[in-house]
Amino acid sequence: MYLYVIKRVLLVIPTLVGAAALVFLLMRLIPGDVCVIRLGSSGGTFDPKAVTLCHQELGMDRPIWVQFFDFMWGIVRFDFGTSMWSAKPVTTEIWARLPVSLEIALLGTVLATAIAIPLGTLSALRQNSWLDLFVRVFAIGGIATPSFWLGIISLLIVLDLTSFFLGSPWMPPIDYVPFWEDPIRNLSMVFLPAITIGYRYSAITMRMTRSTMLEVMREDYIRTARAKGLIHKLIINRHALKNAMLPVVTLIGIEFAFLIGGLVVTEQVFNLNGVGRLFVQAVQNQDYTLTQALVMMTVVVFVFCNLVVDLLYAWLDPRIRYS
Amino acid sequence: MRKALLAACFGLGLAAGALPQATEAQTPKRGGTLTYMIPADGGPSLDGHRETTYAVLHATAPFYSVLIRINPDNPSSTTDFTCDLCTEFPKPSDDGLTWTFKIRKGVKFHDGEPLTAQDVAASWKKIVSPPAGVASARYANFKMVESVAAPDDETVVFKLKFKTLSFLPALADPYAYIYSKKRLEQDMHWYEKNILGSGPFKLEAFTIGQSVKGVRNPDYYHAGQPYLDGFTAIFAPKQSVRVEAIRADRAALEFRSMPPAAVDQLTKELGDKITVQRSDWNCGNVLTPNHKVKPFDDVRVRKALFLAIDQWKGAQALSKIAIVRTVGSVVFPGSPLAANKEELEQLIGLWPDIDKSRAEARRLLKEAGQENLTFELLNRNVDQPYLIVGTWILDEWSKVGIKATQKVLPTGPWLDAMRSGNFTVALEANCQNIVNPIADVGRWLPYDVEQENFGGFLDPTLVEIYNKMLPETDVAKARVLMRQFEKRVNDEAHQLMVTYWYRQVPMRSYVKGWKISPSHYLNQDLANIWLDK
Repeated sequence: MYLYVIKRVLLVIPTLVGAAALVFLLMRLIPGDVCVIRLGSSGGTFDPKAVTLCHQELGMDRPIWVQFFDFMWGIVRFDFGTSMWSAKPVTTEIWARLPVSLEIALLGTVLATAIAIPLGTLSALRQNSWLDLFVRVFAIGGIATPSFWLGIISLLIVLDLTSFFLGSPWMPPIDYVPFWEDPIRNLSMVFLPAITIGYRYSAITMRMTRSTMLEVMREDYIRTARAKGLIHKLIINRHALKNAMLPVVTLIGIEFAFLIGGLVVTEQVFNLNGVGRLFVQAVQNQDYTLTQALVMMTVVVFVFCNLVVDLLYAWLDPRIRYS
Repeated sequence: MRKALLAACFGLGLAAGALPQATEAQTPKRGGTLTYMIPADGGPSLDGHRETTYAVLHATAPFYSVLIRINPDNPSSTTDFTCDLCTEFPKPSDDGLTWTFKIRKGVKFHDGEPLTAQDVAASWKKIVSPPAGVASARYANFKMVESVAAPDDETVVFKLKFKTLSFLPALADPYAYIYSKKRLEQDMHWYEKNILGSGPFKLEAFTIGQSVKGVRNPDYYHAGQPYLDGFTAIFAPKQSVRVEAIRADRAALEFRSMPPAAVDQLTKELGDKITVQRSDWNCGNVLTPNHKVKPFDDVRVRKALFLAIDQWKGAQALSKIAIVRTVGSVVFPGSPLAANKEELEQLIGLWPDIDKSRAEARRLLKEAGQENLTFELLNRNVDQPYLIVGTWILDEWSKVGIKATQKVLPTGPWLDAMRSGNFTVALEANCQNIVNPIADVGRWLPYDVEQENFGGFLDPTLVEIYNKMLPETDVAKARVLMRQFEKRVNDEAHQLMVTYWYRQVPMRSYVKGWKISPSHYLNQDLANIWLDK
């Protein structure tokens, strides 16, 4: 088992190096740079010497290979440098946003899992019943509805309903407060985005749970268990559900990793100061250092989630452990 | 004294159409916290000297003092400047080449350290002549400044290389925050990451990319101000969030501007709970043909481009859907140096008879052998108002047979395409803070003088007119020269100003004391705002 984990961790190194080289080069292929955007995007006049000065200040006048070496050496030392846009350490920029994204991702995942797994299982066990039909319609609706649209609509509904019933419109706060500082304010801000992303997330998980459960329920070992006279509940919980969870866990892992940096539009709709919004901002501002660090962070999150999923596989399926 | 001086310099002028709604004379109430939004994704660094975006200014201006500023009680005027840290406006000596400012006594930075003329001079030196490795975004606006010195703790002396009408407005740059000399000496980059001023509010909290909070500075030197106990500025880049936040009173306003549809929606939904202040805006779009690319090296083709556009009707129609409204030329329409309507109507591209104008455009295209002209208009992927104005221009061109399409790029590649000359015709922006006509028109100069003019043209005559205008201190004479400058720009069809933008700031009616100005960069220290709750 330890060897398995070590192998998985070592595989991370070439993945990180490849991702680092790719993002470094791709960012520099985009025309324009952070200095020109900073000085020219407001429409005022500026002196080209100011651009040259800015390039010097940010080290952009150095040969590209020196910049690349500097970046890679920084990664080795866990030093991602300073944001070219804000002049703040990249880690400070990311840490400021990570709690928001993490909270939304966790809440979304909990919500999605709590809905998807029981409903997906029930749907499979009562195939072609009214319940199954309802769950399928619910799931297809979730897959077909873009999260940002759902976000905008849910916000408008809340505004209109509160305006109608309370006399004045209400909307969630637009500045984030951590849970430990003000739980009510925090939850009132994050519940709508969590529902918005949780719906889509639960829809795809539900579909996956249903289809894998249907498949597992037709397996020989389920028939054997029934033939042995095991009670239905035990067959479902111990034999069917556990085996059906393998692809579901993979899906949950990938989705969770995506939620950390991929909630760009949802974060904008609810004015959440998260990593997704920072990502777009960094790319738009052509902030090389910040974009590079964010890409590396996303790669690490994906790799970590995959690792956790692989370890869960081993727990769920003893054959993986023994092999 | 101040008014007399400025009347002598400029004459009295109020921005036409720039008058905000009359605000009733009420006694300001103390207390309360103002929550407003900044329509941006956080700002770059916190150093006003270094940055150009309003995102920095709207977040940090309440913490800082400046030497002089536009009068906060009359910000729609383009010429009414007033002292902030100085005690009175000086009379220039040495034939107008030396300006000596006396600095208020007893002003303190928020850490308790006294603010003296040494701090003012150190800050201005950083702006005017930054040391190696330090960026100053607007140092080119201070070409007239020879030196800045503080002979004692109460006096700051600016020595100029030449007299010019552009000096005082340049000095009222809203980004010209006064920093602590001690901090600057320790680290010239200190203010990029920290806030320490002497303005009406002290920093309470700064949450990166999310919000800035300030509390009342009890030691503020303008008697009785600020009225608010504090403020919270929330970064909110998405317009729908800002509209909904005002609707639900999560925030009282944003200070930049909202498009007509959003203003109409808020007015309709909130009725008398919302007040809208409106003003012409010292920003606009500029149509720039690349003179280095055929057939735009031919003045007839360039003129045809301008003559095909009906700005007079177009601006009115567009104002219903976009943040544009007023027709003008190189000078902001509210300035004493701006052209009046009769003068504007003489310019190529602004003729009142559009049929005659388009007939001339067709004739010129035929004469140049470009009857089937097709090209790509380079535009920025910003909806308000770039894409709306760009789409309208394409339609106007089609009326004289020009078939153009739009190439829409994000800000970085859009700027890069213009800077590298990789375009045929571009729609760019011209957005200034303080109205400073003589400095502002510098952007229309050919690239051998103004390297960031993307038109790629040379025009010694235009430079000659500008060089005469720059040291001219007689307003009437400067105005005559400005007309010559403007005519030259349009006669040669170098570039065309395409409608000035229009600011509409809807705000909760309980917000009082703030008055709109022709720029979203001005009057943002919040000292005169109070809440009628």
